[in-house]
Amino acid sequence: MNGKKLIIDRVTKTFIEKKGGSFTVALREFSLEIEDGEFVCLVGPSGCGKTTLLKLVAGLEQASSGSIYLDGNAVTGPGRERGLVFQDFALFPWRDVRDNVAFGPEVLKLPLSERIRIAEHCIDLVGLAGSAHKYPSELSGGMKQRVAIARALANNPQLLLMDEPFGSLDAQTRYLMQKELLGIWNVDRKPIIFVTHSVEEAVFLAERVVVMRSSPGSVKSIYPINLRYPRRLTDAAFIELREKITADIAEEVG
Amino acid sequence: MVWEGAALLADIPQLFPAPVTVMVALGQLFVAPGPPGLVWAGELMGNTLISLWRVIVGFALAAATGVFLGIIIGWWRNARDLLEPVIELLRPIPPLAWIPLAMLWFGLGFKPAVFLIWLGAFFPILLNTVLGMESTPNKLVEVAKTLGAGHWQILFKVGLPSAAPSIMAGLRIGIGIGWMCLVAAELTGSNSGLGYMIMYYYSTMEASKTVAGMLMIGIVGFLMFIGLKKLEDKILFWKAA
Repeated sequence: MNGKKLIIDRVTKTFIEKKGGSFTVALREFSLEIEDGEFVCLVGPSGCGKTTLLKLVAGLEQASSGSIYLDGNAVTGPGRERGLVFQDFALFPWRDVRDNVAFGPEVLKLPLSERIRIAEHCIDLVGLAGSAHKYPSELSGGMKQRVAIARALANNPQLLLMDEPFGSLDAQTRYLMQKELLGIWNVDRKPIIFVTHSVEEAVFLAERVVVMRSSPGSVKSIYPINLRYPRRLTDAAFIELREKITADIAEEVG
Repeated sequence: MVWEGAALLADIPQLFPAPVTVMVALGQLFVAPGPPGLVWAGELMGNTLISLWRVIVGFALAAATGVFLGIIIGWWRNARDLLEPVIELLRPIPPLAWIPLAMLWFGLGFKPAVFLIWLGAFFPILLNTVLGMESTPNKLVEVAKTLGAGHWQILFKVGLPSAAPSIMAGLRIGIGIGWMCLVAAELTGSNSGLGYMIMYYYSTMEASKTVAGMLMIGIVGFLMFIGLKKLEDKILFWKAA
């Protein structure tokens, strides 16, 4: 391989409807390469296959054709080296924060002391120290998403996949979480693929923004964001990029 | 009060005993010698103990088999396709319709009663377990997969805890039906237990003792229900708050 961290090579995904046998092409010939340590955001109109793409990379769905390689190895199923964070958190409601975060180390059958050490480290990382023994029903949306992120980090993944993780949070919490995510990313520089509806969020976070075309989903255009972190939503260059990308997507929707 | 008044008005203690008479009957049954083997316990408590033991054994068997089969049917599509037709065929037969066969197979007393309780409690436990396993949220299964969990780990660490509320509901319904089946079984196929006791005093025309027995059946059923509810709150603590 050519030294890229992740290679998505002409991936096509077709879903066959259970009734009627008609089929939908969710992704056609989707190709993208991601460098080690890179933060990439995917934006595009609803139904453009962003989530499908993440599921393919996560190994939860199988591509109809094409291949995905992580560190040169073909992705054939789910694996602990690819962490996934959902929009609706998907926490285990019967586990407290610490046991949610320790799920990965637990199924790996690490010794108990090691599991606790890893879980507590990751809980600290997302700023939830002190809430380790709370249950998901006692947490706010922002806290739940922190738990979901900590849980993914506990497996020390080579790649973090995030499917609109802040989509259901209020604006204040969302902004705070974005800054904290950048902080976490800065610590160990593991690559992140982040799906979002918000162009502003994409420009705020990513080193590259990938705009997708819908039905079938494929890459429309790619924007490198060469703005220094921390970015300011009010900078002229920021606004210019945001408007340019927004117009690009609008063209696709219209 | 209403009961007492109505009983006074009706004035037929053989058919419609007043509360005071029932209390007296309870006292008499309490001190009367118990059934063979449990003479020391008194008639009321002895028969209660006999009935309780039957229901505990029958319910434990139903819980074990119902939850076990329910997990299998609810988790594996193939098992479901194979076993569901048989279950759907047997389920509509009321447990009480099995009484003749139960007596034929097991005679009188402990065994047919346990069999009927098992039969009555089994289906609600089974069906609720199946329902619970089937409605395991797909998101949680997916997240467990990405965290590296294997099939069995997902079954025990995601499927089972997520089905727990439904399983507990099945157990609660199951013990209620089991208790009803027990009394029915004792009415006909037994010579001990609370069901037998109320039937016996029907034949001797002592309505007050029959009602006293009914009261005891109600109390025990209620206490079992409360006990299971307490257990449920303890196991499903994460659902509260």
